[in-house]
Amino acid sequence: MILTVAAKELRALFVSPLAWVVLAFFQLVLAWIFLSRLDAFLALQSQLVVLTNPPGATELVISPVFGVASIVLVMAVPLLSMRLVAEERRNQTMTLLLSAPLSMTDIVLGKFLGLLAFLLLPILLIGAMGAALAVGGRLDWGLVASNLIGLALVAGGLAAIGLYASCLTAHPVVAAVAALAISLVLWMINLATSDPASPLHLVSLLKHFEPFTKGVVDTANLAYFALLIVLFLVLAIRRLDADRLRG
Amino acid sequence: MSDSAAPFTLDARALSRSFAGRPVVRDVELKVGRGEVLGFLGPNGAGKTTTMQMLTGNLSPGAGSISICGVDLLAQPVAAKRHVGYLPETPPLYGELSVTEYLELAARLRRVPQRQVGGAAANAAERCGLAAVGGRLIGSLSKGYRQRVGIAQAIVHEPDLIILDEPTVGLDPNQIREIRALIRALGQGRGVILSTHILPEVETVCDRVQIMHEGSVVYSGTVEALRALRGGRALLVGLRQPPPLAELRALPGVARAEAAGADLFRIEPAADADPVEEIVRHAVAHGWRLYQIAPAQASLEDIFAHLTQREDATEEAVT
Repeated sequence: MILTVAAKELRALFVSPLAWVVLAFFQLVLAWIFLSRLDAFLALQSQLVVLTNPPGATELVISPVFGVASIVLVMAVPLLSMRLVAEERRNQTMTLLLSAPLSMTDIVLGKFLGLLAFLLLPILLIGAMGAALAVGGRLDWGLVASNLIGLALVAGGLAAIGLYASCLTAHPVVAAVAALAISLVLWMINLATSDPASPLHLVSLLKHFEPFTKGVVDTANLAYFALLIVLFLVLAIRRLDADRLRG
Repeated sequence: MSDSAAPFTLDARALSRSFAGRPVVRDVELKVGRGEVLGFLGPNGAGKTTTMQMLTGNLSPGAGSISICGVDLLAQPVAAKRHVGYLPETPPLYGELSVTEYLELAARLRRVPQRQVGGAAANAAERCGLAAVGGRLIGSLSKGYRQRVGIAQAIVHEPDLIILDEPTVGLDPNQIREIRALIRALGQGRGVILSTHILPEVETVCDRVQIMHEGSVVYSGTVEALRALRGGRALLVGLRQPPPLAELRALPGVARAEAAGADLFRIEPAADADPVEEIVRHAVAHGWRLYQIAPAQASLEDIFAHLTQREDATEEAVT
């Protein structure tokens, strides 16, 4: 049942022009960053060989591209997630799901997975872009994998936030702004403090994503993203349940 | 798929609901048997839609119990909703899907087994006269077709209880007739609740009527009982030069006559008698200048006024 809802959301995304525009923009920006990093790497290559343990193409080209991709996701996910519930509310199509034999959890999980499946597409395309470098040299596949995992987790967290924001209102634009606000605050809340021991580092998305770009897959960071996703999905379920109770 | 042992497809008791402290539905009882079409009548704002939203699990009731085919909707919502098809006031349509895709989605959401999804969608489309537009996008369909798609999604999984909220609103007379025939056909072996504020619709389609007013059920009974309440076979006779009332009362076949206006008279025929011919003959013979003779049926508004003035109408009417 969850997959039926997910397939429906995926389809709804693919028929909307907005999703294609966002995808195209995403690819354009990242391909440009990728090529400029590659240019810089090729220019530096002669100097790098003198070093005893020189950084490779994976560290100097692919990781930075994933870093930029994470910021682009912060901007793009709210645009893709805004319609999930808000649009259904506005068109009064939510009734179809609510009167079908589905639990609220099925509906929320289905919508979440549908959006996540869509987001995995550009993420895999970035991976493919990086993997293309294997044609001309050796890649650190472990680092590529940890980058992919990290970015997928960021996408999951942002999708959960976007879905929750979409549950708050019947206006997609309001949902997008709310999702962007929550995401941005979480992304760089660590900038609010100069104290390295501050607890704000514990909630910052960026702080938990950075280790993945260095090839570190830490259970603490995995747990952070799992908690973030579960928290916002539970909030979304509770919000939709409240609709039914309060009307 | 259904529990045929349950005598009622729907059994709702003591349903109440208030919004922000304002009671909208008060103590509503609803029972729908198999093969029965229940007309759910009431003016706008009477609480019909709120009641239907509660019956379909879109809104949780403030108090009361709802059992669908013997399954408690509040305790086992997923199991109970399998038996329900619901067409809300605004059909929940996705304009970017084609009719066939949409009906298949609706079938999957209602847990029709994967192998039967295509057949169920085609069957529902066929019944609602949508076979010719199966490939078109819902967004490009006319209002009448959209309404039919809405009905098709409510019946695609062959539910035991079908709840239709004002299904004929915005349709042209031909379409209304088709939809009414469809609703009658759907009533075979299932329970149907049809909400409307059009009284003739109830008379042509429904077996039983329940009238809501300001959140409470003010009338519940058969269509025949409602027809009697509307004035039964009484006639409204207009005479420009009327005779004394006693003369009208003395006509053969007239049980009662009373003035309904300056030159209008309400005449109730005696049982098994049709006094129309007599009235016309006497009017011509005595120069009463007859200008109108018509069945004196009360308007819906009159009935509402009538029912809401008499608080005990429900008890009297249920027999």
